[in-house]
Amino acid sequence: MAPTDQHRFLVPPVIEMIDVGKTYSSGSLTVEALIGVDLCIEPNDFVAVIGPSGSGKSTLMHILGCLDTPTTGTFRLSGHDVQDLDENQLSDVRNLMIGFVFQQFNLLSYLPAWRNVELPLVYSGVDPATRRQRAHAALAKVGLADRADHKPGELSGGQQQRVAIARALVTEPALILADEPTGNLDSTSTVEVLALLETLHDEGRTIVLITHEHDVAERADRTIHISDGRVADPDARRRLVGAAAMGVAS
Amino acid sequence: MKWADTVRTATEAVRSHRLRSVLTMLGILIGITAVILTVGLGQGAKAEVQAQISELGTNLLVVSPGSTTDASTGSRGGLGSSSTLTAQDAAALTDDAVAPDVQAVAGTTTTSGSLTNGTTNWTTSLMGTTPSWQEVRSRTVSSGRFLTQTDIDNAAAVVVLGPDTASELFTTGTPVGQSITYDGVQLTVVGVLSELSSSENTSNNDVAIVPSSTYAQRLVGGTTRDAVSSIYVKATSADTLSAAYQETNQTLLNIHGITSASDADFTIATQESILSAATSVDNTLTLMLGGIAIISLLVGGIGVMNIMLVSVTERTREIGLRKALGARPPSIRRQFLVEASVLGFAGGLVGVGLGFAGAVIVPKVSSAHVLLSVPAATAAIAVAVGIAVIFGVYPATRAARLAPIDALRSE
Repeated sequence: MAPTDQHRFLVPPVIEMIDVGKTYSSGSLTVEALIGVDLCIEPNDFVAVIGPSGSGKSTLMHILGCLDTPTTGTFRLSGHDVQDLDENQLSDVRNLMIGFVFQQFNLLSYLPAWRNVELPLVYSGVDPATRRQRAHAALAKVGLADRADHKPGELSGGQQQRVAIARALVTEPALILADEPTGNLDSTSTVEVLALLETLHDEGRTIVLITHEHDVAERADRTIHISDGRVADPDARRRLVGAAAMGVAS
Repeated sequence: MKWADTVRTATEAVRSHRLRSVLTMLGILIGITAVILTVGLGQGAKAEVQAQISELGTNLLVVSPGSTTDASTGSRGGLGSSSTLTAQDAAALTDDAVAPDVQAVAGTTTTSGSLTNGTTNWTTSLMGTTPSWQEVRSRTVSSGRFLTQTDIDNAAAVVVLGPDTASELFTTGTPVGQSITYDGVQLTVVGVLSELSSSENTSNNDVAIVPSSTYAQRLVGGTTRDAVSSIYVKATSADTLSAAYQETNQTLLNIHGITSASDADFTIATQESILSAATSVDNTLTLMLGGIAIISLLVGGIGVMNIMLVSVTERTREIGLRKALGARPPSIRRQFLVEASVLGFAGGLVGVGLGFAGAVIVPKVSSAHVLLSVPAATAAIAVAVGIAVIFGVYPATRAARLAPIDALRSE
């Protein structure tokens, strides 16, 4: 499913990171969480980011998810510069372009499944009737149409994570960002959830899967290793040059 | 995020944390109940005094003998202990030429005395007056008749009883036509006054009225038989009350041969002046209770802030998630402010309900009256919402400022 050269020139990469660095400082202590990261993720990529804890994996995920901004370098999401956006604009970018799947599911326990799924649409101001219909459609896609009115507490871990995936899908985002989505699941549910992510990929979604488990990472089309804040993506430079050429052309 | 969604989200959050919401509301609720009850008690007391004073009759001036000087606490009175007012003073005021704005005048003299019917004894206030008293005080008789001019002219041995007096002296049968005794003098009961139903003041319903001539010549006597203890003056209308005041003042000064108004040996009181003296005490009380109520509301507000801060900490993860899903900081702030106002509104509503319940219970266990008003209740709810919002600003701002990654990481 690697994109053709022609495809690449028509649609900008979902993620373009050029020499991105992130430095945290608290008092006199300075931590370089990311150093000179180059990353290029094309539409319909299924990429696993793998690395041990403390490798900068979470920081990378936060920047990819526009939950945090890089200290240095260039970061474009679907061709849009996001590093200079203010907090409100970042909220809108997250709302419209990114679908999150968390390790902890992060469902609101007092709302039924479909109400959890419609949440991102509430913040983009979609009218209630459309929200309801799209939330139910997303639940049907993850095979939970009959659980729409159940609260998270009444669902199994695997089902809860599928509700969370439905929530990530409902806005039709450019990127689905899954942070250790199977970390809290038993092996059966893990298989279920990974199969679901593969299906979504087959349907044309762009997925970034962050994990520390090799067998989970193997399900992705390609794997990017991260350690000590450095990303080994040998391909990235070449692709980014191509993308930059496209930027000049347009 | 649309307003309807914000309100729904806030309401759901309030409902999903029931115990905490109830505890938050408690302070506001108690404050509002206190406000409703204190305002109601103050209004009730005021209305009661007002009713009592209006029972005197409408458009009324009360002339009392003697006067106090402003400069000292000394008082100016008549010779000895006798009154400076006489029946002649009252008669002069009925003259349309000197006092055109005066509709009716009644001089009264009162003493406490014991009436007897067979073996039944009853101590009441015995009052000597003229037929115009009925008009001045706006009273009616429930049976028989009131005093007439003939009774005055003949110093007739007749009496009109107040309803309470009548029922005390005559436990069975109709009082009219029967005889009672005062100090050895037989008096025929010719009428019974209708009851002033709203009256707390027993003297309105427990009284024995005899002609002024009978009072002075046959029953009580005294050194100055023409003296009266007060003169009631009724103005023709509310608009002419001040004119009637001036005329009464001038006429009495002339009759008494007093040239300077500051030397007057009588005092004229209007209903307003009596009312304001009576209500000033109530106002102080209302102010004090109101102050306590406001402090309790303030404490309630601080309670809201306290628990909202806890709520923000406890729901850090939810806030982080909402932000990750695209909630802008202002949306989060608005959600928490609306939550605060929902709590304030609910607290206010329940507080008003409890206040109303208190208004039903309090008069049953004490003599106090509670007067409730819808505008006061509405204002109380508005204040509750206002206080909750004001004290919700800080927690809401803190929630809005949470960084999404820190919020998501929290356990």
